[in-house]
Amino acid sequence: MTGFVDIRNVRLSYGQAGDETLALDGLDMSIQEGEFAAVVGPSGCGKSTLMKLATGLITPQEGSVEVAQKEVSGPVSIAGMAFQNPSMLPWRSTLSNVMLPLEIVQPHRANLRREKAAYTAKAEELLKLVGLGGFGEKFPWQLSGGMQQRANLCRALIHDPALLMLDEPFGALDAFTREELWQVMRDLHAEKSFTVILVTHDLREAVYLADTVFVMSARPGKIIERREVSFPRPRSIDLIYEAAFNDIVHDLRALIAEARVAA
Amino acid sequence: MTSSRWIALAPWLWTIGLFLVWELAVKIFNLPVFILPAPTDIWEAIVKYWSPIWKNSVQTLFTTVAGFLLAVVGGLALGLAIGWSRAIYAGLYPLMIGFNSIPKVAVVPILVIWFGIGTIPAVLTAFLIAFFPIVVNVATGLATIEPEMEDVLRALGAKKLDIMLKVGIPRSMPYFFGSLKVAITLAFVGSVISETVAANSGIGHMMLAAQSQFNVPLVWAGLVALAVLGIVMYAIMAWLEIRMTGWAHRGNRS
Repeated sequence: MTGFVDIRNVRLSYGQAGDETLALDGLDMSIQEGEFAAVVGPSGCGKSTLMKLATGLITPQEGSVEVAQKEVSGPVSIAGMAFQNPSMLPWRSTLSNVMLPLEIVQPHRANLRREKAAYTAKAEELLKLVGLGGFGEKFPWQLSGGMQQRANLCRALIHDPALLMLDEPFGALDAFTREELWQVMRDLHAEKSFTVILVTHDLREAVYLADTVFVMSARPGKIIERREVSFPRPRSIDLIYEAAFNDIVHDLRALIAEARVAA
Repeated sequence: MTSSRWIALAPWLWTIGLFLVWELAVKIFNLPVFILPAPTDIWEAIVKYWSPIWKNSVQTLFTTVAGFLLAVVGGLALGLAIGWSRAIYAGLYPLMIGFNSIPKVAVVPILVIWFGIGTIPAVLTAFLIAFFPIVVNVATGLATIEPEMEDVLRALGAKKLDIMLKVGIPRSMPYFFGSLKVAITLAFVGSVISETVAANSGIGHMMLAAQSQFNVPLVWAGLVALAVLGIVMYAIMAWLEIRMTGWAHRGNRS
């Protein structure tokens, strides 16, 4: 069965010939449409490389990457990305930051001027959905870190991407804000049912949010475990204090500890 | 009086203080006018020679601003080119460093051979000296785009030009406007150097002529005129900077 994102036997190395670092070797993963996948692993295992692969920012030396049944050979504009650093542009209002992708991606780019009002309404609605209603006119530096990260999620979603790529988006936030944003993310996924690949160090975050958790080995990275998380949705935040939840976290933690020793 | 009022007054108080100390020192040590004229002597010279000072100041201001504007256009263009492409950066940067290391006074004779003495060498010297900080600053602004931001946009299919227009150029504007303050003061240095070496007008030429006639107060009056022009132009650039890139100076307002 083919998935929405299919990565087959990918090998990828950085650097000049003779002095290269093998980042990924024999990487295989398949993610279904609408699935929420999390990727965890020891640091430096090539998780961020995986992000760039799936969005077509880099192409593998061996193996293939398919998104939506199409071989990826260049940037796939059906993806939205958000990183740990919100990287809002300080000269634009929050609303205008959120709408930035519309100025790039077709067909929105061509329609933006004509249907400005409709697009603005859409962006405002999205901001409201993440709890930033009424903050559109504020500049990013007037927002807290958590609020900037919410706006960052909106920017990643404004062009209705079929695939959302998240690279430790909540890593720099305090514990309470992080839990709040987990719930924001949970609700966004429930409402819009896009496919998500979340790269994270936080095992509880992975287990709470994802349908499937992939564990990567140390460099060169490959998938050493695929773990389905079958807690019913919608998941209450109290789930993270339950025994069944903690068992999964423990198992994953042990796997990563092993992978680190092997490195 | 509140402390913010004192801060607003401080530049005036310090300037007046400097002239007072200067005046007193000249009087106490009884310094001859050809060593150090007192501010009152300089003021007298300014009043007496107002017409030539004014005419030459206008000339110097004109050559400086013309050279500065050329430097803005050229610096912006070259800065964007250098920030745009690594190959252009790698190729041009060493050349620019070498070029910038040449004392500009050494270039004036060559300019005189090409264009004769007068306005054109002064404009070009101002241009040559003011151009470098603009290039470096614009290129720095472009070269320091956050890689995450670039990835976000490239994944959406943004072309290099999109990234430059949406992120790179707005981002480099605070650097650019900041460099204008440095560039305008350097432009004065350039034009006066050239006027001193090869010109029939301008403050530099006027000072050289006054020196040859031992009119020391007039030499000093020329310096004061340059200082005033410099401060006014700097203030205009600083105002422009705040006006155009207020978002980068938010710390001062909140």
